[in-house]
Amino acid sequence: MTAKIKPSKGAPYARILGVGGYRPTRVVPNEEILKYIDSSDEWIRTRSGISTRHWAGPQETVAEMSVEAAGKAIADAGLTAEDVDAVLVATVSHFKQTPAIATEIAHRLGAGKPPAFDISAGCAGFTYGLTLAKGMVTEGSAKYVLVIGVERLSDLTDKEDRATAFLFGDGAGAVVVGPSDVPAIGPTVWGSEGDKAETIKQTLPWDVYRGANPEDVRFPAITQEGQAVFRWAVYEMAKVAQEALDAAGITADELDAFIPHQANMRIIDSMIKALKLPEHVAVARDIETTGNTSSASIPLAMERLLATGQAKSGDTALVIGFGAGLVYAAAVVTLP
Amino acid sequence: MAATQEEIVKGLAEIVNEIAGIPVEDVQLDKSFTDDLDVDSLSMVEVVVAAEERFDVKIPDDDVKNLKTVGDAADYILKHQA
Repeated sequence: MTAKIKPSKGAPYARILGVGGYRPTRVVPNEEILKYIDSSDEWIRTRSGISTRHWAGPQETVAEMSVEAAGKAIADAGLTAEDVDAVLVATVSHFKQTPAIATEIAHRLGAGKPPAFDISAGCAGFTYGLTLAKGMVTEGSAKYVLVIGVERLSDLTDKEDRATAFLFGDGAGAVVVGPSDVPAIGPTVWGSEGDKAETIKQTLPWDVYRGANPEDVRFPAITQEGQAVFRWAVYEMAKVAQEALDAAGITADELDAFIPHQANMRIIDSMIKALKLPEHVAVARDIETTGNTSSASIPLAMERLLATGQAKSGDTALVIGFGAGLVYAAAVVTLP
Repeated sequence: MAATQEEIVKGLAEIVNEIAGIPVEDVQLDKSFTDDLDVDSLSMVEVVVAAEERFDVKIPDDDVKNLKTVGDAADYILKHQA
């Protein structure tokens, strides 16, 4: 017989309850990057908008930075680690494929025995995680979900590649997603375009080292086809951002903040033009002093926008992540 | 109706002026986007997308790198416009 199964009971809606970030202590100016590439401070600034970035030291591991950022997000949400009942970690720079780093982070936080796993979705990893967290909270499989974006991209940077040496940074950002009486995370517009998988990629797979003399094989790095990625990011992602606004029933005039993945200042500037965002919208430009931190960039930028008073709790923000895959995810959220 | 070479150059000049702030009279057939007009690789993408819209033509990423001069772009558009 088909027995009657009790359904799970979730919250009516979900919201971001708190945000926190961790930036490595070492600040790396463009001058240091220029030791390895033939370029100039002006070239780097005009092509990317980046003046400094943070690179992690040996003690600032993926787990350590995550624990720091998560602790701040949990406190910001007015909760304690024991309240967290799921941990999702978006990253591409944790160098063990198994086990997931999420379980170690959950344990070190003192979160008990929550479900914990990693997400591989490039620079869209955080917004993918946010979408999963919202689903878990409203479906009832978790009440408070910790979503972390963390990267040590300096480990995957070819410091002699003049097209990318200056681009990447390290850091961690986290949010806690929990129950809400009103909608505070809009519908996610997300997807992938696998036909463009080659435009942003790790140069070599890890198994290239099998049987090889490590000295003969260059360590893998992230490369990208700049023009193709720029075109996709600006014009295709502006359409996705607009779809996310439409899906949430929000007009650009109603937005208080725009927090795109911090890929490149030129992409951010051109997206604003393509989206025709009104002047009053606060735009996250954390990339200038943080570089591109992939999945960590949106929560880090969100934290800074709130900390500097450019946006405030309760404001309506559009977030969009996009990157290697190619993958993307956008949604309108109420800021914590 | 398809645009003439003269119309295309005039259109490109307006686009380059809008995106890179270069005076329209400087945008001539023999001028290199990068070396003469200071249009960098990312601005070039913006120029290409604006030209696609204006002249109803598709310019794939692989072809963009071959468009070194204003003349290259005008010829490409002349040949490929719908």
